[in-house]
Amino acid sequence: MRSILSVLVENRAGVLARTAGLFARRGYNIESLAVGETEDATVSRMTIVAQGDERIMEQVEKQLNKQIDVIKVRQLNAENSTRRELALIKVNANTKTRGQITDICAIMKAEVVDLSPTTLTIEIADRPERVKQLLNMVEPYGIVEIVRTGMIAMEKGSAAISLPE
Amino acid sequence: MVRCLEAEGVPVLFGYPGATIAPFYDSLRASKIRHVLTRTEQGAGHAASGYARISGKPGVCVVTSGPGATNLLTAIATAYSDSIPLVAITGQVATYQLGRDVFQEVDTTGAAAPFTKYSYLVKSAVDLPRVFKEAFHIASTGRKGPVLIDVPVDVQRQAIEFSYPEGVSIRGYKPPHAGHPLQIRKVAEAIRAAKRPLICLGGGAFLSGAVDVVRAFAEKFSLPVVSTLMGVGALPADHPYYYGMLGMTGTTTGNIAIDRSDLLILIGARVGDRAITRPDSVEKTTTVVHIDIDTAEIGKNVGATIPLVGDAAAVVSKLSEMDLEGDRSEWLRELDVHRAKEREKTLAKQSKSGFLNPGAFVRMLCEKLPENSVYVADVGQNQIWSARNFRANGRFLTTGGMGTMGYSIPAAIGAKAAAPDRCVLAVCGDGSFQMSMNELATMRQHGFPIKIAILRNGKLGMVLGIQRTAYGGREFAVDLEGSPDFKLIAEAYGIEYQRVCDMEGAEKAVERMLSSPGGYLLECAIDPEEGVQ
Repeated sequence: MRSILSVLVENRAGVLARTAGLFARRGYNIESLAVGETEDATVSRMTIVAQGDERIMEQVEKQLNKQIDVIKVRQLNAENSTRRELALIKVNANTKTRGQITDICAIMKAEVVDLSPTTLTIEIADRPERVKQLLNMVEPYGIVEIVRTGMIAMEKGSAAISLPE
Repeated sequence: MVRCLEAEGVPVLFGYPGATIAPFYDSLRASKIRHVLTRTEQGAGHAASGYARISGKPGVCVVTSGPGATNLLTAIATAYSDSIPLVAITGQVATYQLGRDVFQEVDTTGAAAPFTKYSYLVKSAVDLPRVFKEAFHIASTGRKGPVLIDVPVDVQRQAIEFSYPEGVSIRGYKPPHAGHPLQIRKVAEAIRAAKRPLICLGGGAFLSGAVDVVRAFAEKFSLPVVSTLMGVGALPADHPYYYGMLGMTGTTTGNIAIDRSDLLILIGARVGDRAITRPDSVEKTTTVVHIDIDTAEIGKNVGATIPLVGDAAAVVSKLSEMDLEGDRSEWLRELDVHRAKEREKTLAKQSKSGFLNPGAFVRMLCEKLPENSVYVADVGQNQIWSARNFRANGRFLTTGGMGTMGYSIPAAIGAKAAAPDRCVLAVCGDGSFQMSMNELATMRQHGFPIKIAILRNGKLGMVLGIQRTAYGGREFAVDLEGSPDFKLIAEAYGIEYQRVCDMEGAEKAVERMLSSPGGYLLECAIDPEEGVQ
């Protein structure tokens, strides 16, 4: 089962290591992890995507909650949240294939952000499945390098995972 | 730092100095806080643990960076697994040297992270008062545990305007206290509906100060009680409602009780694998109520039918006020029969001539102990014999979670520092004794008259047992041949000594040991063939 955890933590040294350790000691790999400051500079938000059975994920969530530096933990439901990932993809491109690739980018609402005589760099910020789709489409041209931020997600509607008063 | 400890009212520290903690030690000279120099850093950690368990306040240990800190790690991990409140202070290399792999530098907070409740690397002396205040608060509230404060040597030298904070404000840390009223009502209904209810007490009963409340609760509603290893002594062993320790090395009666119960009320017990080997089968046949202060413990090892997060003393007090009367006489009678049979069997067990029956020895020893004694069992067969047969009116201490050999002597030193007027006894094997034998010097230097009983069989008995049952009897690397003459060891440290090999001699020797004012080493001959079953 794939889980998305949205975690508010103190913006402090060592928090990331402790959080990652909770997964590592159980032998679970973190699929992606995105960390950034929130509206309050003393607080960071981590979005953790990991695979694990229900009991394990429940245990990880409880262990996260126990951490002194963790302020709030919430499991996000994929259907009920807006999910985004940013990827930069460098693809082989020559004068013949350049046009085909830019066509794909136009359809996928991706942007060409850099150009060289032999490559194109594409930027896409979209749902993870759309990012995957774009990767599949450009893969035949030869991917030189991929950089992905990992997923970030936010609950739909007016509900918010914010600091307790 | 010294003033922070004074502000916390810390009377004693257990430690071992070194270069990166030297400024702290220099200030400590002028303080009234007592410093106990142990003979290894691990000993300092275990002593702080023994102190914490008897005083009910966090134990404090202080060591230097590098090897000082890594030697302490085992004691920190031991305290973490048993939820013992410790504040561990470690020296660190100067802030401008951090990460350069200079002499005696290790990543102490990183190494200790998996088994500390929290840790600090203090980069400026201005933060010290807040950090100390928080550390003592975190260690001693919620699910208790060790907190580490790593202080670089240059930070120790900085001068600040000192003022100690009154309170703490940690937004990510709000330990629960009272249980949810709805869950408490559900538990009450389950108790009323049960035919064969059973309480299982863990170490949490001591940690929350729930011992008296639970006892009154069991008595009021005629509820039978078993305990985990960490819960031994929560109810006096001769209490009519106490049916022994459960688990792999527990009593037959304790395990039958679990098996036969239709409602299991776990109180401050995390039910590790040594307590309940097959949690899935318990879940299937029994309604499980799990009362624990740590949400993460509920459902971790045993699936709970009714989870109840809260402080054991607070929750059980509320339950005690409810009407939970019921006729449990038939269930109690059934358990009484098993218990009587088991007692007969233990006492009838004959040991070979020239050796003591360890179970009978522990029972005799307990009968002779003065009121309110502290009995510290080490790890190994001695621990199992002790836990099953402990029946004194006092505290029973041991390490259940980590099972760290060598715990008993330093922990006994800490217990004695917390309660100088109580009789403190360490019971160990010849294996575990040799892991902490160096602390005899600490006893001598600081005047801790600890009584030590070594159950000597010349073997690492627990491992031998495993080799016999699971490895086709292929005995290897368990022979303690080459161990010293313990009489000479006792003499060298100026401690009285006696060896016994029969019950009659043992009784007299125990009496002598208990009436002697100083430390004592009692060597008890145990048959190497003696198992724990």
